[in-house]
Amino acid sequence: MIEKLQSLKEEALAEVQAANDIKALNDVRVKYLGKKGPITEVLRGMGSLPPEERPAVGQAANEVRAQIAGAIEEKQRELNRRERERQLAEETIDVTLPGRIAARGAMHPLNKTIEEIETIFIGMGFTIAEGPEVETDYYNFEALNIPKNHPARDMQDSFYITDDILMRTHTSPVQARTMEKRKGQLPVKVICPGKVYRRDDDDATHSHMFTQIEGLVIDRGIRMSDLKGTLLQFVRGMFGEQTQIRLRPSFFPFTEPSAEVDVTCVICNGGGCRVCKHTGWLEILGSGMVHPRVLEMSGYDPNECTGFAFGMGVERVAMLKYGIEDIRHFYTNDLRFVRQFLHL
Amino acid sequence: MKVSCRWLKEYVDLGGMNGQELAEKLTLSGIEVDAVEKRNQGVDGVVVGKVLECVQHPNADRLRLCQVDVAGPETLQIVCGASNVAAGQKVPVALVGATLPGNVKIKKAKLRGVESNGMICSAKELGLNDRLLPKELQEGILVLPEDTPLGASIIDVLDLDDEVLELDLTPNRSDCLSMIGTAYEVAAITGTAVRLPEPEAELEETDEEAASLASVRIEDRELCRHYAARIVKNVKVGPSPQWMQNRLIAAGIRPINNIVDITNYVMLEYGQPMHAFDYDKLAGHSIIVRKARAGETIVTLDDVERKLDEEMLVIADAEKPVAVAGVMGGALTQVTDETKTVLLESANFSGISVRLTSKKLGLRSESSLRFEKEADPGAVIPALNRAAKLLSDYAGGTVAKGIIEDVAVEPERKQIRISVNRINAYLGTSLTGEQVAQIFERLQFAYTTGTDKNEFVVDVPTRRGDIARDVDLIEEVARLYGYDSIPTTLPAGETTAGHLNKNQKVRRAIRHWLLGRGIHEAMTYSLVDPRHLALFPGMYEGVHPIRLAMPMSEEHSVLRTSLVPGLIDVALYNRNRNEENIAIFEIGHVFLSQQEKLDTLPQEKMMLALLWSGAAHPAHWSGKEKPVDFYDVKGIAEALFHYLGITEVTYRPAQPQGFHPGRTAEIVLQTEDGPYVAGRVGQLHPELQQERDLGETYVLELELEPIYELATFHIDYEALPRFPAVTRDIAVVVPGPTPVGDMMKEIVRAGGDLLESVDVFDVYTGENVGAGNKSVAFSLVYRHKERTLTDEEVAERQDAIVAALERSFGAELRKA
Ligand SMILES: [Zn+2]
Repeated sequence: MIEKLQSLKEEALAEVQAANDIKALNDVRVKYLGKKGPITEVLRGMGSLPPEERPAVGQAANEVRAQIAGAIEEKQRELNRRERERQLAEETIDVTLPGRIAARGAMHPLNKTIEEIETIFIGMGFTIAEGPEVETDYYNFEALNIPKNHPARDMQDSFYITDDILMRTHTSPVQARTMEKRKGQLPVKVICPGKVYRRDDDDATHSHMFTQIEGLVIDRGIRMSDLKGTLLQFVRGMFGEQTQIRLRPSFFPFTEPSAEVDVTCVICNGGGCRVCKHTGWLEILGSGMVHPRVLEMSGYDPNECTGFAFGMGVERVAMLKYGIEDIRHFYTNDLRFVRQFLHL
Repeated sequence: MKVSCRWLKEYVDLGGMNGQELAEKLTLSGIEVDAVEKRNQGVDGVVVGKVLECVQHPNADRLRLCQVDVAGPETLQIVCGASNVAAGQKVPVALVGATLPGNVKIKKAKLRGVESNGMICSAKELGLNDRLLPKELQEGILVLPEDTPLGASIIDVLDLDDEVLELDLTPNRSDCLSMIGTAYEVAAITGTAVRLPEPEAELEETDEEAASLASVRIEDRELCRHYAARIVKNVKVGPSPQWMQNRLIAAGIRPINNIVDITNYVMLEYGQPMHAFDYDKLAGHSIIVRKARAGETIVTLDDVERKLDEEMLVIADAEKPVAVAGVMGGALTQVTDETKTVLLESANFSGISVRLTSKKLGLRSESSLRFEKEADPGAVIPALNRAAKLLSDYAGGTVAKGIIEDVAVEPERKQIRISVNRINAYLGTSLTGEQVAQIFERLQFAYTTGTDKNEFVVDVPTRRGDIARDVDLIEEVARLYGYDSIPTTLPAGETTAGHLNKNQKVRRAIRHWLLGRGIHEAMTYSLVDPRHLALFPGMYEGVHPIRLAMPMSEEHSVLRTSLVPGLIDVALYNRNRNEENIAIFEIGHVFLSQQEKLDTLPQEKMMLALLWSGAAHPAHWSGKEKPVDFYDVKGIAEALFHYLGITEVTYRPAQPQGFHPGRTAEIVLQTEDGPYVAGRVGQLHPELQQERDLGETYVLELELEPIYELATFHIDYEALPRFPAVTRDIAVVVPGPTPVGDMMKEIVRAGGDLLESVDVFDVYTGENVGAGNKSVAFSLVYRHKERTLTDEEVAERQDAIVAALERSFGAELRKA
């Protein structure tokens, strides 16, 4: 009996080994372990054995059954694994093919620059003021201490609509409007971004429409040194911590003293290059202490408070920051240009 | 203003600085120097020679053979091609071994078989600006005055060892339109003294009283403040001395003759424009400063007849205008070779008057340039004396005794009070009274002060007309102390919180949301082409595009009333560069006015415009592209409103100009004041698409003002539902034109509060729903907040909805 079981086992294990799919394996299971299988038969035939042999045969039969069952189970796992592998191999794709690009628009470089500048000044306690692009002669000139026939009006040729209404030539009228609106309240701390217009032929460096940001601070005891400090903090935020500024005396009718502000060249870091005409400096801002006439006209007492103002061309800042060579790109909106500003 | 350093040194020491160093110092203290130009552009080895003999070249028609004495051991034979060369002339000779600008080396040469030992030079070959020379000298060689020393270096003769600073003056610093004004500025920087000419001391007058020879009267006492004249007799008109010509050329002024050159020289020296009249041609020997009379004309020095009007100030003799005051003299009374006696004018005219006259006549001159910015009233007399002295020195003139003058307005004496505390408080500096006093001294501003040197009373000299208030003095202190020396601080006052206001926040949110949706941002001109605007006028009725008074071109002549034409231009530009898929937006102002002629400021409305053409989803290797359609763009609007928390939005079919009449909706927002048409979404009209050469293009236009109002940053949080939802679909057949949007509204109404949401998942037309009909399938979600819904409850609602659809739209339930 025991020999028979041994040969059964060998036979069964060989068949398990040979089974190449789940179905064949199930057939082996049914054949050897089923209710009508040879092992069941052996156990059933135990009654014919002498009682003293029965335990040994019973044990042997159970062992054989367990061994066969174990082998089947193992084979089953192996077959499952193979099946899974086959399936995975079948599902394999070319991961090097391009994906479907999630769409993302590029912010216009001027707005990108404006937002950056706004963020820096908001961090310094400024709010943002806005004003009309079509202005009266009064706000564009007179309230800024540029009376009719003032030679300073030569500095900017303007687009007039009527004798008294024109396209604003700078964002400075927002200064006067803001002060009037605040009715003498202190402090005033605003920046004013916006479009401005001048009679210039469009070329690589001129545009009949361009963008400026004006800044204005009025409070008791504002000093020219505060202007320097504020601008230094700004340019460092904009161009990097190592940036230096240099103020040169200049003239604007609405500030006194007035200053042009240079920053260390962003290309050569002050060493001198073609962009900075080998001076190491780039002019980016006009600024000064608010002229007392301007304060008076807008309802502030120059004996009680002082202030500073500054203005810059956003195009110039963007052109320097990104190395853009032609101002017209900003308004042509060539998508090959715009898309380059998609990055953070 | 061009400033010769050699000339400048006559009035002030440059402290050993060269042109470049001086330029830097000036720029940092407020006088910007644009360029520093070396007068010697590379001349070496050129001397003065005398042409002894000049004959035709034996082998060449156009060449001459000259024998030239250069005070050397022998006479040089030189071949010369200039037509103006002649025996007896003094000329510049480049010797063999000499260098000329452009690194040209002069060598011994054979020209057509004849030896040539050097070269006779033209002005251009010497690197001079020959534009300032008479015509014959521009074309040929430079002929020097007879008394030029033989053999002298041309560098000395022409004062080429010089640098010229080109000042870029701001309008307030017209004092530096003169050598003396610039000298004061240099003196302030270097802390040295200014040396002024002293013509009064040196001037010799005859016994004849000038007042007996001529009279001066100012009629318009506002526009002319001071008129002074001198009479100089026996003048001999001829060339001015070489040194004076050199200086005029360095300053960019053409030498004419000694009389005119002297008036120009003194103008450059003092900033005081001068004029010389031929005394004998002045009717009645009288000068009257008055406004021109109706119909009067004058031929000015440039030989142009000018019509004068009654606003223009003129200098007249007893009969007629003889000069346009401060702008230009008349041809009739100008100095000629025959002139024997001159009347020298030195006057102070109102800047505005000169400016307006010069503008009206379209005539600008060195004189008008200086008067426009207000000349120094203190220079009238010194300049007059200086010119008289130079006429006696260099034109052989004899100066009649005394000055004939009329003073209408005495120059006011300006005194400004300023304290050191005020200066320090204004600049953030800690200057001492001593330092401030020093700066005033360097500026040569007279002042008085107490012993503690805190309060100053400063006498502002007349040459500094720009200084009117204490802050102007503070600027003087600041720039001479050095802007670089001012400390760096931050405002010390009360701190403020920086922030965006709601409108700005909403605008940024919209911009960033659109960018996130893959739409690029554009920025286009506000000034647009009216022809483009006519095709797409925008969403406002009864507005006139505002036109510039003097546009630079028709393309940029009117203010936009819609952003869409600009975006169309962008689309076109990119399409022409093979960019088929274009999704762009712009946020910016449109300008609206009901007035034909503007007399109040127009309304400026902030708008959003979006343009989309080509693909909504681009082609990919995995599938074809999906072209953009109406619902892509409407979906943008819907999602944007959802993002902004704006819930009450209606889309109504509309046929506005420029849009496809069957594919456009007005966007109506429910505002506080009721429904408001805040925008449109739709396809561009096919005719417009064709006209502007575009493919199928969709556009969204929104006014931002109502959106600012309605947008909310508030989030209404609700606890998550605890009971399950029940989803039911229904499909109904309705007549084709039935607006599904209206059906959805009806479903929401009939569904009551158990209906959580409704969505359309299919719209179908075809034979099995009947011709002219469509089948619309809705997916409905029901939920009760407090308990699980029963089938009966849901069925009841479904029935109610179907009944409502039947009633309102003739809908018929479609059996599944
Ligand atoms: Zn550089």
